[in-house]
Amino acid sequence: MMKRDECFRVLARHVTDEVIVSTYSSAVDWLNLGERTLNYFSVGAMGLDSSHALGLALGRPGKRIICLQGDGSLLMNLGCLVTTAAAAPKNLVHIVVQNGTYEANGGHPIPSTEADFAAMARAAGYVQAYDFSELQNFEQQAGHVLKQDGPVFATLRVERSGPLTYDYPNLYDPARRKALKAALQQRP
Amino acid sequence: MDADLLTEPDDKIELKGSGIIAAIKASGIEFILSVPDIVTSGGLLRPIARDPELKLIRVCKEDECIGIASGLSYCDKRALTLIQHTGFLDSINAIRGVAVEYGQPICMMIGLLQHDPYTTPRNSPRYGVRIIEPILDAMGIPHHLINEEPDVAKIKPAIDDAYAKSHPVALLIGRRPSAS
Repeated sequence: MMKRDECFRVLARHVTDEVIVSTYSSAVDWLNLGERTLNYFSVGAMGLDSSHALGLALGRPGKRIICLQGDGSLLMNLGCLVTTAAAAPKNLVHIVVQNGTYEANGGHPIPSTEADFAAMARAAGYVQAYDFSELQNFEQQAGHVLKQDGPVFATLRVERSGPLTYDYPNLYDPARRKALKAALQQRP
Repeated sequence: MDADLLTEPDDKIELKGSGIIAAIKASGIEFILSVPDIVTSGGLLRPIARDPELKLIRVCKEDECIGIASGLSYCDKRALTLIQHTGFLDSINAIRGVAVEYGQPICMMIGLLQHDPYTTPRNSPRYGVRIIEPILDAMGIPHHLINEEPDVAKIKPAIDDAYAKSHPVALLIGRRPSAS
């Protein structure tokens, strides 16, 4: 089983000017890797990370958008798989971190830890869907996954992490939103 | 003929869908995000779906619209969420977080299902309609009733203000717009 922070370190080696949409535990682990203007954390309601990412992808088709979503979040907005597949943005990579728990809400299990999200994404119509449970395999394919025409989906099967510090005032700082908006309204 | 293209049998007042769509376009709206609503289905959503000047994104559940519209707004793209009041009620938490607390320009056009257009929404025979304006007031969201032809002139200023000042706005459709 992989660890989320290990997977994100692999991702970070491939990320340059992509927008990263993330929230809760994934946002904490991603931010621990370093500050960047093109981070989008102000999702506002659990489950909407993937919808914000779709809006960004439609609004800036020339820029790659990567959504790092928890499995609990996806379950709160499962219809987004069908919406995203139908809208078919080529520049969207939708990564779901599957640890089987609502980690930020006390670590309680999601209703079923057996859910196959990659299969759901494939059935919904995503162009590509991957399922990773071995870090070495993910390291080998991460660059390829991020560069393919989308919408691309990938599940990262990870173990529950240790205790995290959720600094929400920092994550949701209005200054982050202002800087991101300014960056996205510049071209290219 | 589809049921959604029929006018209400006793309604003597026409609210033209074409006028509303023209106002939407004049407001710089590029994307329409929608779950179908029987009030606006025939007069707005069907013609919008055929209109090459508007990009229609059909979503599965109304709160998706709030996230998508927010993402678009970061890219300087204007969007209108076209939903039924039941979908608005279902999306309250998303609207609370994204539109109100983060001050995003989320523009919602909301069909008032089973409302009597000859009375005000606060006096509607439908409980679900009666609570809409009080909820919007409690959330501090500006709202405008689009019920008769002169009301259509409210649309562009309301949307322009939402984007200029980065706040949500609700446009309540009080009667079924005609398909003309």
